[in-house]
Amino acid sequence: MVEELLITARANPGVDPVVHIWTWEVAVYLFLGGLTAGILCIAALVHLCGKEHEYPAAATRLPLWAPVVLSVGMTTLFMDLEHKLYVYRFYTTLQPASPMSWGSWILVLVYPLSVLQIASVLRRGYPALAAAGERLPLVTPLLDLAEKHRISIAAACVPVGVALGIYTGILLSGFSARPFWNTSILGPLFLVSGLSAAAALAILVAREHRERLAFARIDLALIAVELLFVALLIIGLSVGSRVQLAALELILGGPFTLIFWFGFVGIGLLIPLVLEAAELSGRVRLAVLAPVLVLVGGFLLRQVTLDVGQASTWQDYAVSHDPYLLERMHDVRN
Amino acid sequence: MTRYVMVIDTRTCIGCGDCVVACRTENKVPDGLNRDWVVELTRGTYPDLHTEFRSERCNHCSHATCVYSCPTGASHFWQDSNIVLVEPSKCTGCKACIAACPYDARLVMHPEGYIDKCTFCHHRVEKGLDPACVSTCPTHCMHFGAADDPSSRVARLLRTRKSKALMPETGNQPNVFYLE
Repeated sequence: MVEELLITARANPGVDPVVHIWTWEVAVYLFLGGLTAGILCIAALVHLCGKEHEYPAAATRLPLWAPVVLSVGMTTLFMDLEHKLYVYRFYTTLQPASPMSWGSWILVLVYPLSVLQIASVLRRGYPALAAAGERLPLVTPLLDLAEKHRISIAAACVPVGVALGIYTGILLSGFSARPFWNTSILGPLFLVSGLSAAAALAILVAREHRERLAFARIDLALIAVELLFVALLIIGLSVGSRVQLAALELILGGPFTLIFWFGFVGIGLLIPLVLEAAELSGRVRLAVLAPVLVLVGGFLLRQVTLDVGQASTWQDYAVSHDPYLLERMHDVRN
Repeated sequence: MTRYVMVIDTRTCIGCGDCVVACRTENKVPDGLNRDWVVELTRGTYPDLHTEFRSERCNHCSHATCVYSCPTGASHFWQDSNIVLVEPSKCTGCKACIAACPYDARLVMHPEGYIDKCTFCHHRVEKGLDPACVSTCPTHCMHFGAADDPSSRVARLLRTRKSKALMPETGNQPNVFYLE
């Protein structure tokens, strides 16, 4: 049986032929939000485990990156909004059924907590910056207070960091209309990817070889977990319903096969996995390439997930954007 | 709660597209965008063919995922009914509702930046009138009313004729029905 559907008057850009509403701006935010979450968690865990002297860069220098990268992400997220003047509306309500609403409130917690985390280590991590800051009023008592409560601040950073890292995945997995996203592994996958990206940044920030190796070992474990979650994602979709099988086809032979397997899995996970393993065995010493690829992979994960999700759909008819149909409608109206 | 439904007879629809023109005129829909559209479905292999015309729009779902996904409450149910509206002064243009609609019916991005869509012409419903598309239809194949009222035309049609809704398996409980 042949089945064919003609759309005689639809053709709305942004929706036809498939939804393409979110582009790189959102992918950048999802990546940098995850990286921020990873920084909060990893720096906090170093303090909670009492290893701040062993891993000085992760403990004292890494936290300063959190508000910087998050602000870049928030900027691109704002660029994506179509009705920008009404952005304050996120903060006049809490919609319990909307992960995006939860996320906007989580961000309100993240900024002050991140500032406290920085304040608790600023004198050790960036003494010049601390000295410059202390010329301003109130900075000295803030640094004193934060240093005194360093462990409590770290304890608060872990749950808030986890919430920030996991909510973006839950946000996408909550869209039952987009079969590729509609899987609960997306939250944990994004969280682990964020932690892995932060471990990679810690390798780049570290100055001692010993600390770099330690974070290469941590990152290796995180990449392994991420690969496991990718496998679970594939398995979950492959045993799913018609729409999920169709979504899986998009990365198994479909238009996103190359970017998913060679881009995200190959360049973003497997190559850094091999490089870090080689580095740990002492065979190579290049340090920079593997963490940079991990960061690239973290971005690719978000971009590919966004693109494939928007291409996956419940609709099974071929819709194309045909401006001629619109012109015809226009003629009829006049 | 009132459940408004639209019942469209695919046997009498001729696919003329007047519903689309009526909507564009009534709601001053910006150029280049449509709140409703007509689908022509052809099944079979020549010469054994079956064609069906469907006038499609937002399904004003009882379980509207677009309303639940909205982070600001801009997407909402109108007056304790299933009519889904967008309040422009609350809409940030984040597009979560577009991603949340399995029917891709929340597609109209108003040039000003807020999300626009079929309203079931609630401004007419309020006055006891039918939506513009329904009242314009030259073959009278479209019907509108409250499904909860057993004496309404739509309730009687749904009781006596074989009907379908689009993809009820999404779980959204759509409220536009097609008579077969």
